[in-house]
Amino acid sequence: MKTLLAELRLVLRLFQADVTHNRKRIALTVIAIGWGTLSIVMLLSFGEGLRRSFYTNTRGMGVGIAVVWPGATTRPWAGLPAGRNIQFTDEDAELLAARIPEIDGVSREYATRRGVTVGEKTINARVRGVDARFGAMRNITPQAGGRFLNERDIEEKRRVVVLGDELAQDLFGSQDVVGRTVQIQQSTFTVVGVAIPKTMMGMYSGPDKGQATIPATTYKSMWTDHKMSNLIYRPLTPELGDQAKAQIYRILGGRYRFDPDDLRALGVWDTRRNQQITDNIALGIQMFLGLIGALTLFVGGMGVANIMYAVVQERTREIGLKMALGAKARQVMAPFVVEALMMTAMGGLLGTFVSLTIITGIGLIPVQDDALAFLGKPTFSLPIAAATALILGSVGALAGFFPARHAAAVQPAVSLRYE
Amino acid sequence: MTAEQPLIELQGVRKVYSTGRLEVEALRGIDLDVHRNEYVAIVGPSGSGKSTLMNILGCLDTPSAGRYTLGGETVGGLDRNRLAEIRNRHIGFVFQNFNLLPYASALENVELPLLFAGVSARERHERAAAMLERVDLANRMDHKPTELSGGQMQRVAIARALVNRPTILLADEPTGNLDSASGKAIVSLFEELHAAGQTIVLITHDAGIARLANRVVRVQDGTIVEDVRAAA
Repeated sequence: MKTLLAELRLVLRLFQADVTHNRKRIALTVIAIGWGTLSIVMLLSFGEGLRRSFYTNTRGMGVGIAVVWPGATTRPWAGLPAGRNIQFTDEDAELLAARIPEIDGVSREYATRRGVTVGEKTINARVRGVDARFGAMRNITPQAGGRFLNERDIEEKRRVVVLGDELAQDLFGSQDVVGRTVQIQQSTFTVVGVAIPKTMMGMYSGPDKGQATIPATTYKSMWTDHKMSNLIYRPLTPELGDQAKAQIYRILGGRYRFDPDDLRALGVWDTRRNQQITDNIALGIQMFLGLIGALTLFVGGMGVANIMYAVVQERTREIGLKMALGAKARQVMAPFVVEALMMTAMGGLLGTFVSLTIITGIGLIPVQDDALAFLGKPTFSLPIAAATALILGSVGALAGFFPARHAAAVQPAVSLRYE
Repeated sequence: MTAEQPLIELQGVRKVYSTGRLEVEALRGIDLDVHRNEYVAIVGPSGSGKSTLMNILGCLDTPSAGRYTLGGETVGGLDRNRLAEIRNRHIGFVFQNFNLLPYASALENVELPLLFAGVSARERHERAAAMLERVDLANRMDHKPTELSGGQMQRVAIARALVNRPTILLADEPTGNLDSASGKAIVSLFEELHAAGQTIVLITHDAGIARLANRVVRVQDGTIVEDVRAAA
């Protein structure tokens, strides 16, 4: 190790000599490595951006929630025939919340399509009546100055509404409308909040941005004959999802007399599954992109190895001399590996610099269009830097090792006679 | 004859090169002892096997058969790294074409064997500088080989060969690429070194130079045909 370090100065001078000797070839190789690094960093960064946007967007509807909707029985049970429709009541929500320790709350969701009017303008929108916890569960965050529905809104059946960002924009031409009013079914509702924009990769009954959300109690007082559309719940932990689902079938099955194994009696959409799948897909895409980048880099590594083989050939006599003077295999090989690593490092720095410039440039483009919001922006991260450095290092080491091994196999007696 | 253990002991050394199907026997049973402070010239026409003999003596190559003992160590069956160590410790090479590293200064060239021996930077520097002074190149230490004359380059090479205090100085046609004046200077440097106690094995086809050694070994067709000691 000591001699290796001591020799570094000579190696540097050798490298300098090689650079002047093979200037064009080395420049091209460094560019090839730079190009490989550029592709790997860019592909990984795009992958990372995609993964992060997937992560955020799949959670646009809410994190780890499940949606339950009533179905129809398909099996006779307890003396009752198949084909009965199930309907949820308000008590079901309370019952489930009280009886299933694996979930941290249930929200009702009633819904209908109604005209929402501001002055002369009416927009036919989905109007839903929900509980206060619906906002947090479904990831509906109010913009500054506003709020989501609260418990008092529910208790007092207040005529208040939270508007989706697009609905607010379309009705008022602005999203800064807290305190203003809208008409729904000839009733006046006060806007208490407007949701912040979000991208949703999963949804039911349309995106949140076009919906008007009012207290479930208010909804029921307006449309007394409406049936509940959904129950929303969230397992305490993702692992408890299956257990919670089984409990729901058991409890509602007891209440409405259907076989707890009759899966069609209820619809349950456990979004945690989708999230896991999309997370895995995103990871898979990123690994695939990384692999392509790594292959590009390996092509550059071939260039380095090629040069190093030529250098070994050129220096055969010098290698023989060093051996005659007592250099061991390791001492013969080290300079070649170090040189290959230096060449790779130069290309790597070049590629990283260009990539970071591009990534910063893309970052400056404002996100407005949906494709970019969906795909995300390329994002450089520490793991990407580490992965790139690791791949570069191994490419450089391999590109140096094989030629160096070739050098160590030189027969000093023969090579010293080379003229 | 001295009674002490010889530095170099070759017993029945053979070397066979096989090039494809053809086998060439370059050495056909060499017996040779070299004692401390001998100055031996090995002479012979080209193709006689003297280069092969030099390779074996210098541990650059191993015999196909026979026994080679150097400074009490049996060379043979050793791996490349062990051979490298033995060369580093026992052999100082001087070549016809100098074999200096062109991008390194005279001082750095002389430091090389110490570098491979793992000697500290400071000691390397001191010993290499002292050795360059010994060959009258104190004022050329920072010169690159291209800035030196042939005679100066060969003196750098000799300094390099001696810097690790080798058991034998092994010189292969050291004056072959020099004009006669520089050649003479090198030859007298060898005599000085010999007088100071250095064991030298010189390979040459120049009878004039061989005559200066105190022993001349003539090789022909892979065997020693003559071994003459000058009257001391």
